[in-house]
Amino acid sequence: MSKQEFDPDALIDASLPLLGLTLGADSRAVVKLHLTTAERLSRLVRDFPLDDEAEAAPVYTA
Amino acid sequence: MSDIHLRSALAIAAAIANGETSAREVVTATLKRIDALNPKLGAFTDVTPERALAKADAVDSARAKGEALGPLAGAPFSVKNLFDVKGLPTRAGSKINRTRAPAAVDATLVEKLEAAGAILVGALNMGEYAYDFTGENAHDGPSRNPHDLKHMTGGSSGGSGAAVAGGLTQIALGSDTNGSIRVPSSLCGIFGLKPTYGRLSRGRSFPFVASFDHLGPFARSVADLAASYDAMQGPDAHDPGQAARPFEPTFASLDSGLAGLRIARLGGYFARGGEPDAFEAADRVARALGATKTVELPETERARAAAYLITMVEGGALHADRLRERAEDFDPDTRDRLIAGAMLPGGWVVKAQKLRGWYRAAAAELFRDVDILIAPATPCRAPLIGQKTFRLDGQEMLVRPNMGIFTQPISFIGLPVCAVPVWTEGVKLPIGVQVIGPPWREDLVLRVARALERDGVVSAPIGACA
Repeated sequence: MSKQEFDPDALIDASLPLLGLTLGADSRAVVKLHLTTAERLSRLVRDFPLDDEAEAAPVYTA
Repeated sequence: MSDIHLRSALAIAAAIANGETSAREVVTATLKRIDALNPKLGAFTDVTPERALAKADAVDSARAKGEALGPLAGAPFSVKNLFDVKGLPTRAGSKINRTRAPAAVDATLVEKLEAAGAILVGALNMGEYAYDFTGENAHDGPSRNPHDLKHMTGGSSGGSGAAVAGGLTQIALGSDTNGSIRVPSSLCGIFGLKPTYGRLSRGRSFPFVASFDHLGPFARSVADLAASYDAMQGPDAHDPGQAARPFEPTFASLDSGLAGLRIARLGGYFARGGEPDAFEAADRVARALGATKTVELPETERARAAAYLITMVEGGALHADRLRERAEDFDPDTRDRLIAGAMLPGGWVVKAQKLRGWYRAAAAELFRDVDILIAPATPCRAPLIGQKTFRLDGQEMLVRPNMGIFTQPISFIGLPVCAVPVWTEGVKLPIGVQVIGPPWREDLVLRVARALERDGVVSAPIGACA
């Protein structure tokens, strides 16, 4: 998904009933901003090549 | 003893042990100072005088009977209000949680500090549900910076920063998920220890992001930090994320100096994106430590992005029911970030967790050649209360999510850090520097912090509260 293709309104509209949430107009604008930031940051993560065997660290031991 | 607030926790314990003063006198003076200054500082949300005085009397009685006293006997401390305190609802900075039943049992770390003789005097203000770097709270008002009340304490452990920098308690406990101990330490000019992930029990504290949640102490002296940290070590069945580590004391080796330590400055990501003050402070600390080498932790921008996403998703998941049922009772700033987090695809967070493993291995590689890394703690000094944006590297950015740009990548992989406070002549507000160690080497970061303190490079004076 490229930056141009990301549509935070579509994500919000699809997610709200799934999550059982409602949003006021003011909140929608802020949520859109946070989703846009998250999508931008996610590309840094998604674009990083990792082996299929790479293990997640849900419970991390240093 | 009229100067109790100026003394360290260890000095107070010594004065009680040798009969110079009593625990009751210490607690009474502490409660009086809280009473006088808390309306200005917004540090405490709950004060527990009856409990504190009862505990003080128990300490005095034990001394009178000749019983052994703990290393912190009679020293006052306070805790961020996400720690369970018996008899109080654990509000975690929220309006919603304060309608919960009062906690039946203290948090594990409260129990451990009290077992060492320290005396809890109350619970502290914090950013709602710890999703915050400002120390502002929509329900309880902001905590205010003791060095200039117009400025933020930083958060989310804002009350902890205000309590210690204001001289209200010698020790405070806070939590650090992405920087919430190190940011207020930096902005309030005090020492803060974020231990290795998994070191100290989080038992009976309110969570935020289980993957990154750490608890730790703040103090105005490194010795107090080490003594309180040592007292809080130890296994606890109530924290499933706690690692099986032996007791590894730090206090005894505090004054071992810098001999044999390989210290380097972190460059790359950690040398850009902040105001010159942040880098000058890190330079000054690095110079004082004789660190001439600069090293890079690769892919730090991606690491920070991954921490950001995991935080959003775990935070959104934790609060899903409350978002559905009590949305109007959240601070809108917190709520809308949590709602966005609840909407993100699961695959993103899985990839972010995998990146965490990769970044952890990269840091381990770096620590083959160095023992300590130096980096700024915050990109700037304390912003004004209410300030929503700042300019970093010429870019307008939101304060609330971005004050942790230098702390977030480090807690992402759980490394131990001592934040140390740096002052510039003629400038009212301090700024902090991170002294970062390899996993489980809290002893090293505290030893380096102590060397800096001894040499006068860093210090934590009490603020004027004006």
